[in-house]
Amino acid sequence: MATKASRSAARLMMAPAVILLLGWMLVPLIMTLWFSFRVYLPLRGGDQGWAGFDNYTRFVTSSAFWPSVQTTLVIVLGVLAITLIFGVLLAMLLDQPMWGQGVVRILVIAPFFVMPTVSALVWKNMFMDPVNGLFSHVSRFFGAEPISWLSDASLPSIIMIVSWQWLPFATLILLTAVQSLDSEQLEAAEMDGAPHLKRFWFIILPHLSRAITIVILIQTIFLLSIFAEIFVTTGGAFGTRTLSYLIFQRVLESQNIGLGSAGGVYAIILANILAVFLMRIVGKNLD
Amino acid sequence: MARSVTPRRKIINTAVAWAIGILIFFPILWTILTSFKTEAQAIAAPPIFLGFDWTLENYRIVMERSDYGRFLWNSIIIAGLSTVIGCAIAIPAAWSMAFVPSKRTKDILLWMLSTKMLPAVGVLYPMYLLFIELGLLDSRAGLVVVLMLINLPIVVWMLYTYFKEIPGEILEAARMDGATLRQELLYVLTPMAIPGIASTLLLNFILAWNEAFWTLNLTAVNAAPLTAFIASYSSPEGLFFAKLSAASTMAIAPILILGWFSQKQLVRGLTFGAVK
Repeated sequence: MATKASRSAARLMMAPAVILLLGWMLVPLIMTLWFSFRVYLPLRGGDQGWAGFDNYTRFVTSSAFWPSVQTTLVIVLGVLAITLIFGVLLAMLLDQPMWGQGVVRILVIAPFFVMPTVSALVWKNMFMDPVNGLFSHVSRFFGAEPISWLSDASLPSIIMIVSWQWLPFATLILLTAVQSLDSEQLEAAEMDGAPHLKRFWFIILPHLSRAITIVILIQTIFLLSIFAEIFVTTGGAFGTRTLSYLIFQRVLESQNIGLGSAGGVYAIILANILAVFLMRIVGKNLD
Repeated sequence: MARSVTPRRKIINTAVAWAIGILIFFPILWTILTSFKTEAQAIAAPPIFLGFDWTLENYRIVMERSDYGRFLWNSIIIAGLSTVIGCAIAIPAAWSMAFVPSKRTKDILLWMLSTKMLPAVGVLYPMYLLFIELGLLDSRAGLVVVLMLINLPIVVWMLYTYFKEIPGEILEAARMDGATLRQELLYVLTPMAIPGIASTLLLNFILAWNEAFWTLNLTAVNAAPLTAFIASYSSPEGLFFAKLSAASTMAIAPILILGWFSQKQLVRGLTFGAVK
């Protein structure tokens, strides 16, 4: 149906978005690449010439590098696992007949609207504080010694905070998918005597695969760059330094732009590997 | 796939679902409750749930201590303008992708989404320099541009999935009647696309409102939105639970209320058209 004229018009309409995003991608990227090959310390003499690959080797050989990659992966995978498992369960539950479904949905969706700085502060102080936090009151009530969550169980604590923020998103998408499930198919399986688990595994789960793909894609994009949750709670201490946070510290706290930029290039490469991998799945799943 | 069940099942469902819903909502509820307590009651052991002397003192102190109105206004301007401008750029792009698709359309879409995966910290310093160079540091205009750009891929994607659901026959009919491209866009497509556009606007507004990397790193005083307002309470002298709660409540209330009122549209928007 497309004529030649409408094709060129279409190109014209696409142009602003494409050009802007191309600029947004390329300009900072090229600058980062440039800095990553320089010795650049803004507070200690500024730009001091070429560094070759020094920044790159220094960044990878620093003892903080591999732990930070590991922390990043643990947080992303941990949050994905928790939100998907509980999201599926919660979606199945919310799909059942009950009273006040709308209100429950409002309660469940609420954490999604809370800005990350607020949720990090609230969890850190009012729940996880070892002296006055609600968790410490609860453990004292049961006669146990309160845990200082963010230093003794820092990574699980952060995963928990972030999961709380993203569970609504996963639940809502999965709920929409569950609701579109063909009930006749399920009833037929029920009559044939298929047990619950089998029905779940062979009918419900395959039906949810598209929704799960979307959840994984969108969450990974946002989880790779979580910042406020770490900035506000531990400041990267106690083994919670993700790759992004490590770079942030190199750039802003140590004011070593060259080193930070080299780290940025690594982070971009890591993100791209993940992106290619995810895009493949999504591309296939979205036709 | 809702089916009829026995009353007993329904009671159990209701009880379990409400318990979980309240559990998930509890941190927010607790924050709101604490914001009405005195500092002493806020850290009382054992914690007081409802039987405390309700007070507005914390709100008064927070208002006095920081210029809430300015932070709120900055949030509204930054999130609002970046959303509107983003949609203005994304609508034509998504329209052409949905109605005049070419072989490369899908590649372009996936490429756009992949730009969202570039880690922000990787380009923090260059952006910082550019902002200084262009005089945009700590300005609302600068943040509007940045937030517009980081959300643009998602906006294009969402609009694309909505537009694709509009049947092509209607367009052909309009064309047969001699509608020009402009008329087609204005009188045929736009009305049909309005629900989708509304969902997109909403979700984008919430994402921009809650964005906490660029807003924290590229502002100081003048352009600082609510994310920075609340971050200022993370310093040790701000560790008074009741005041922290009041500030938190003030930061999230506008978006929480907006989100609740529009949750139907939002749920549609959130699924990115991939789940029917």
